[in-house]
Amino acid sequence: MSTQQSISVAIGDFAARAKSGPDAVIQVQDIHKIYSLGETQVHALRGVGLEIMRGEFVAIMGASGSGKSTFMNILGCLDKPSSGRYMLEGTDVAQLDKRQLAAIRNRKIGFVFQGFNLLARTTALENTELPTLYARIDKVERHRRALEALKMVGLGERTDHFPSQLSGGQQQRVAIARALVNRPSILLADEPTGNLDSRTSVELMEIFQALNDRGLTIILVTHEHDIAQFAKRNIVFRDGKIRRDEAVTNRAIAGEVLKTLPVLED
Amino acid sequence: MDLISTIRVAFRALARNRLRTTLTMLGIIIGVGAVIAMVGIGQGADETIQKQLANLGSNMVFVSSGSRNFGGLRIGWGATKTLVTEDVTAMLRECPAVASAAPGTQTSAQVVFENDNWGTRITGSTPEYFDIRAWPFQSGASFTQDDVTTAANVAVIGDTVRKNLFATTEPVGKTIRIGNLPFLVVGVLEAKGQSPAMSEDQDDNIVVPLTTLQKKITGQPWLRFVMVSAKSRSASYAAKEQLEALLRDRHRIRPGMDDDFTVRNLADMADLAKESSQVMTVLLGTIAGISLLVGGVIIMNVMLVSVTERTREIGIRMAIGATEGDVQRQFLIEALVMSMIGGAIGVVFGVGLAYATYFIGGWPILISPAAVAGAAAMAMAVGIFFGYYPAQKAAQLDPIEALRYE
Repeated sequence: MSTQQSISVAIGDFAARAKSGPDAVIQVQDIHKIYSLGETQVHALRGVGLEIMRGEFVAIMGASGSGKSTFMNILGCLDKPSSGRYMLEGTDVAQLDKRQLAAIRNRKIGFVFQGFNLLARTTALENTELPTLYARIDKVERHRRALEALKMVGLGERTDHFPSQLSGGQQQRVAIARALVNRPSILLADEPTGNLDSRTSVELMEIFQALNDRGLTIILVTHEHDIAQFAKRNIVFRDGKIRRDEAVTNRAIAGEVLKTLPVLED
Repeated sequence: MDLISTIRVAFRALARNRLRTTLTMLGIIIGVGAVIAMVGIGQGADETIQKQLANLGSNMVFVSSGSRNFGGLRIGWGATKTLVTEDVTAMLRECPAVASAAPGTQTSAQVVFENDNWGTRITGSTPEYFDIRAWPFQSGASFTQDDVTTAANVAVIGDTVRKNLFATTEPVGKTIRIGNLPFLVVGVLEAKGQSPAMSEDQDDNIVVPLTTLQKKITGQPWLRFVMVSAKSRSASYAAKEQLEALLRDRHRIRPGMDDDFTVRNLADMADLAKESSQVMTVLLGTIAGISLLVGGVIIMNVMLVSVTERTREIGIRMAIGATEGDVQRQFLIEALVMSMIGGAIGVVFGVGLAYATYFIGGWPILISPAAVAGAAAMAMAVGIFFGYYPAQKAAQLDPIEALRYE
């Protein structure tokens, strides 16, 4: 398993951070989010509170309209709560201005989206480098880190391909490499398997589990039960509140699931 | 993001839409090109005029008989009959700043040599005329003071007249007919080209003794002009004042009355030429301003479209850590790169155009570094000014909305 090995070599950083930092990466207290659409007010979140420890692998589930996307946007510092407190690694996010929020998104949070969201006509390597550009890391280091991140997700050889030349699974790997390149504290994945077939989805979960094993905190939004079973903890949202929050008892291990799936020849 | 990376990103974004980028830059290219070409031609013309003025002899003061009111009807120069040969004698005697003077008058007539004929200007003057105007001969020489005294039928012809009447024949020693009178050609003047002040062909001219013209051709004893040479360039101002005082006195013009003559020195003429070139500059500046404005509006329009098209890209960049400033700078630099490249191409295009007019039309041109730098600066200013709003719009996008944009 060369992928596994390269991950274990490269991921050392996350493990080191896991040992030194405080236990709770995310502390959320009584968060409300109200959107006003003209006259009517939409209560997207009605008092959400939770704590996520370093090294956790959380799957957030819920029907559409349950508030899970709003919650993810707040966790990702793309949106601010109307009330309540959000502490990210001990920092009160509500106190930060736009620039500081951008810096947090850049360095502490890695995003993976359903639609991959890679820049078209930009190579895998350059897509991966993008966050390091905004972090003002020098060119040589940028290059080194991007290659390292691509190796982590098993794409060491296709670095000069454009997104249009890559399969969906490969594109999502590039997106993960991009999310990892600035060595974030948490990885936020919003329906990362939504556009992928089941085998590719499990392959992706294998990468997620490997990253999590090395200490990376992962928060994954999904509506697929199978996918949620790869996480360590499941949180279910309904009507803007947490309805269920429980540890996964019968956790699926991606490496083993893959052995049971037929290999598709194409 | 650092500046170099931002510029690289801008170049790539622009290279993706080559046709659109080219068309967008066209406004700036044409604007800057037109300015460079026209300023080049204008400055060339200006320089030529200044050279020609210097060519006239820097000490020259020109006295002409002035305009006059005939019952409300104003008649142009040369209309009055009050400037006479005695005035010239007085000038030489009483104006200390005056070195020499050549009285003159003019008419036009048909000139015939063998089978050719040509309508031209006939100037009557004295031998000093050629000295004061610093006008060399290509063959022969001036008529003499004796010729003036005796009203001899001799003529000095200009180069245009020579070309039209003689072609390859040597004119000196030949006899031409002016009106009904035969004249012996004694000299041919060098070509001098267009006159700076009156925009007429100076070489389309025949000079005969003043007395001959007055007595045998026009029958008018008064003068149209006196060309005066001051003792030095600085003395030309004093000469002007002395001449004016003298002529007002001699022509009995009381204070408050209009002069019946005009005195201009070379400095005045240079000012006149400068004034007209300034009008030209303002005109060119306006054209430049309008075309750059149009170019800028085109850039702004395309940038607005580009921001909308790339909403998702902006969302991605913001999600992974681009600040509003990063996004704003990215689009501003894109606009700036377009306007600057457009400006650079415009400069090349303008210089090319100016040289083309030089080779085709033979007009002198002068491309000054100041004009090029000015055009480049203008292009840059346009890029910043018209790129600012689209860039601001991009920076103000909500990352969540932008990421959802299809």
